[in-house]
Amino acid sequence: MPDMIEALGGAAPVCSHLPWPRRIVDAETWSELAGHLAEGRWTLAGLWGDIGAVHMALLDARQGELAVATLECPAGQFPSIARHHAPAQRLERTVSDLFGLKAVDAPDDRNWLDHGRWLVRHPLGACSTAAGDGEPYAFLAAEGEGLHQIAVGPVHAGIIEPGHFRFTANGETIVRLEERLGYVHKGIESLMAGAPLERTARLAARTSGDSTVAYSIAYARAVEAALGLEIPARAHWLRALMAELERVANHLGDIGAVCNDAAFALMHAHTGVLRERVLRQSNASFGHRLMMDKVIPGGVAGDLDRPGIDGIRSLVATIRETFPRLIALYDNTASLQDRTVGTGTLTHALALQYGCGGYAGRASGRSFDVRRDFAYPPYDTLQFDVPLFQEGDVNARLWVRIREVEQSLGLIDQILDGIPSGETSVAVARAGEPREGVALVEGFRGDILCWLRLDPAGDVERCHLRDPSWFQWPLLEATIEGNIVADFPLCNKSFNCSYSGHDL
Amino acid sequence: MRKLLFENLFKSPLTEVRPASDLSMLAELASSLGLVARQKLGRSLSIREIDAGSCNGCELEIHALGNAFYDIERFGLRFVASPRHADVLLVTGPVTRNMREALERTYNATPAPKWVVAVGDCASDGGCFAGSYAVVGGVSEVVPVDLHIGGCPPSPEVLLKGLIALIEQTANGGHST
Ligand code: SF4
Repeated sequence: MPDMIEALGGAAPVCSHLPWPRRIVDAETWSELAGHLAEGRWTLAGLWGDIGAVHMALLDARQGELAVATLECPAGQFPSIARHHAPAQRLERTVSDLFGLKAVDAPDDRNWLDHGRWLVRHPLGACSTAAGDGEPYAFLAAEGEGLHQIAVGPVHAGIIEPGHFRFTANGETIVRLEERLGYVHKGIESLMAGAPLERTARLAARTSGDSTVAYSIAYARAVEAALGLEIPARAHWLRALMAELERVANHLGDIGAVCNDAAFALMHAHTGVLRERVLRQSNASFGHRLMMDKVIPGGVAGDLDRPGIDGIRSLVATIRETFPRLIALYDNTASLQDRTVGTGTLTHALALQYGCGGYAGRASGRSFDVRRDFAYPPYDTLQFDVPLFQEGDVNARLWVRIREVEQSLGLIDQILDGIPSGETSVAVARAGEPREGVALVEGFRGDILCWLRLDPAGDVERCHLRDPSWFQWPLLEATIEGNIVADFPLCNKSFNCSYSGHDL
Repeated sequence: MRKLLFENLFKSPLTEVRPASDLSMLAELASSLGLVARQKLGRSLSIREIDAGSCNGCELEIHALGNAFYDIERFGLRFVASPRHADVLLVTGPVTRNMREALERTYNATPAPKWVVAVGDCASDGGCFAGSYAVVGGVSEVVPVDLHIGGCPPSPEVLLKGLIALIEQTANGGHST
């Protein structure tokens, strides 16, 4: 197998790009990379636009390598990757919406985030004005006798984010699901362009509220990589502590919510209590229930005191005491298992092809976790397992999360035992020249990519955030095929993709 | 499962005492609801939640209102699945341009009398997303708002205080916009 960085060839960009390389490639190499992706040699980790160029992040999970390939597009177009490698489709449509750069020979050239409601076209590229009164959207056809359509959303029945689902069904059985997203597109990347670091940090923290800690870490690490900034060891450990609390809170809440979607409210009531305890302790220890804005470029805001540590220890003890009985409850309730086992199966092949991160990938046998495979401090010194299941159904996704709660509790113990003393942040100085940085961080949902370029004044010139949901949403469409309509909420919740993180 | 259920019969409940309604929010309501009684709803309101562009942080805390600590249903507040069943629309997020029409249509589908509560800093003026090409602004740019509950996100306790203030005012005969 060719080495990924060698295969890129090309020239290094003018400004430094850390910690992984970026290469400016020609159109031929760009297309060759599509071939490598299609053959499964490497994984597509992101594809995003820039002024007059497209970037693509490639991941070699086996070697623990990441690289960014850039193709300059003076004619406003680039060879489509999606033509050879389907996971790039929505990313290319987004590049076209935001930058006006067209993927030549793309299999799908419909708009994606742009619903024709903005008063501009290509807001991040060569911007022009638009009427903004909406455009019809051509859903894909499904033809056959007895087929009917069910349109759901954007406003859904529960307390959840908006998106549109178009089902084509034959009786109860789903023949095709097509998602239409973009409803919560807030233009985060345009707000970031030209903004100072502190403002950008607040925006990054609000890309997907349930992953605010992970996003803040990804953003901070990208800034620190760009500036070559070493942060105090204690800051790394505090970040990991917050990240694990965030993971536990989300897993607990969602384990209950999935059971609730199978009409088993008892589990939801109990995990809801545990989740609330985690949020209250997070507030007591760090000053915010979701720990928003507590991770900042240069370290963390504030410090953890003795009562804060003791509180987390007793929280861990409470979860350890209660959680096993809830696991037994799940395991022993046949009527619940009847809904989750064999429902919504994601195949191993699709999980690999899409580079599906997080519990969705790990429930389908894709063993990837940034904390282990691209270990950043302090995970490089901590002991933990990456739970792996093969079945790929709702049940497997639940079990991954159950096991991950246990692993996170173990990590929290180790962090509290080993946390070094000292400062919690350093000052962030401007570099006086353009700099680029990239970071990959494991959020509860999977790997979050952050790529950015800072201008000489130290402000953000371009920042791109890629939510793990980009490579999970399309798989929900594939997973639901052949299932019954009534199981959709269950499947959807078992993936729990982010709308806001995806729509940006 | 029986053991778990049984044990819980003997534990004291987790549910906490009702927080007092927030004075400043009461003041906002007093002016927005007016003094004329148009319709008595009794001490019960059905709430329909709408995410008009939030980061989903506000949704997490609205969800938490249902857990055993806050147990929102004891106040006669209930989340419903359709705007047609709702008295109150709880709207989060800066309203995105892509969600504007959906919010308007949801509002129009809600029978009068109805109240709109804007939840979170984003819902009040767009928050940190204000000024984006993709964002209209706060909820009141699109539909009339009766109450703002600030915070990023507001904690369940703050949400509860605001909603209790609302229920007190409507029970006293405040009319909706
Ligand atoms: S107020 Fe804060 S938590 Fe709520 S939607 Fe806005 S950014 Fe998210």
